Amino acid sequence: MASTTTKSAFWRGARDASPFVLVVAPFAVLFGVVATEAGLNIAQTMGMTALVIAGAAQFTAVQLMTENAPVFLVIAAALAVNLRMAMYSAALAPYLGAAPFWQRALIGYVNFDQTYTASALEFERAPDMTITERVAYFLGTVIPVAPPWLGFSLLGALFGSEIPASYALDFALPITFLAIVAPMLKTLAHIAAAATSVTFALLLAGLPSGIGLLIAGALAMAAGAFVETWQTRRRAR
Amino acid sequence: MSYSTGEIWLIIALLGIGTYAIRLSFLALLGGRELPPVVLRLLRYTPVALIPGLVAPLVAWPAATGGTTDPARLAAAIAALSMGYVTRNVLAAMVSGALVLTLGLWIGG
Repeated sequence: MASTTTKSAFWRGARDASPFVLVVAPFAVLFGVVATEAGLNIAQTMGMTALVIAGAAQFTAVQLMTENAPVFLVIAAALAVNLRMAMYSAALAPYLGAAPFWQRALIGYVNFDQTYTASALEFERAPDMTITERVAYFLGTVIPVAPPWLGFSLLGALFGSEIPASYALDFALPITFLAIVAPMLKTLAHIAAAATSVTFALLLAGLPSGIGLLIAGALAMAAGAFVETWQTRRRAR
Repeated sequence: MSYSTGEIWLIIALLGIGTYAIRLSFLALLGGRELPPVVLRLLRYTPVALIPGLVAPLVAWPAATGGTTDPARLAAAIAALSMGYVTRNVLAAMVSGALVLTLGLWIGG
């Protein structure tokens, strides 16, 4: 009986996360194309895709690598992009903290924007789920996300060189990043953070690659947090 | 790109390890301890704090045009941003940015 509900939780997760394929597939193709165009070979492109398995951070790393930024700055900036996932980890801990360690270790590897969003929503909606069902549901949400991410990256890496130069692929990365960020601008605080980031990135563009971005990013995080605090206080009054 | 093969793999390996550590962090620590609100507040803004800063110079001074601001690319960026903001749909934003870019380059010829 328990295995039936576990199985159904797994497939429910897979089904709930299935719309993400539409975003993951083109983004993955693009990563394959951009990374190989930047000079990574197929093994390096796929190595990064499989080990890092975080689109925005991978694009950040590749962009800074085309600018020949120092190794530690490439790593620092890309990891900074991934810091939000510590928040996902913290938010999932109350729901999944009781699972065996090996299961949590596995979940850590596939704790993405999409799997987190779908699962957090479901765990909140259905508080009666057992720990086994929650783990099954989470792993189910991985199915429409991770395999397409790997498969379509490979496709992009293999066939990217056949795309004609007239397609202005240099600008695919900025457009994709803007498309990802725009829907995140949900509150005044998010907009303040983004505006601060743009302003300081442009002002500090003269500094060696990566340094300006890290400074702009830190100031922008502070700006977002500041506006949020200010708004909360004003509302409380 | 002027890194040695070793440096490239070093970047990939350290990024992989670092990302995994971030993702596992609080899941590995038992009991679901809570993050201080200040930290949560800062983490919430990491994507919107970093990605716009990464993109801004690429939009303002594209390498493909030798660093000169390009009307077609600027229009495409504005299209992607506003479409994404209004529809909250990543795919619609990507497509409209690509369309405006293609159109702009065709007109600018």
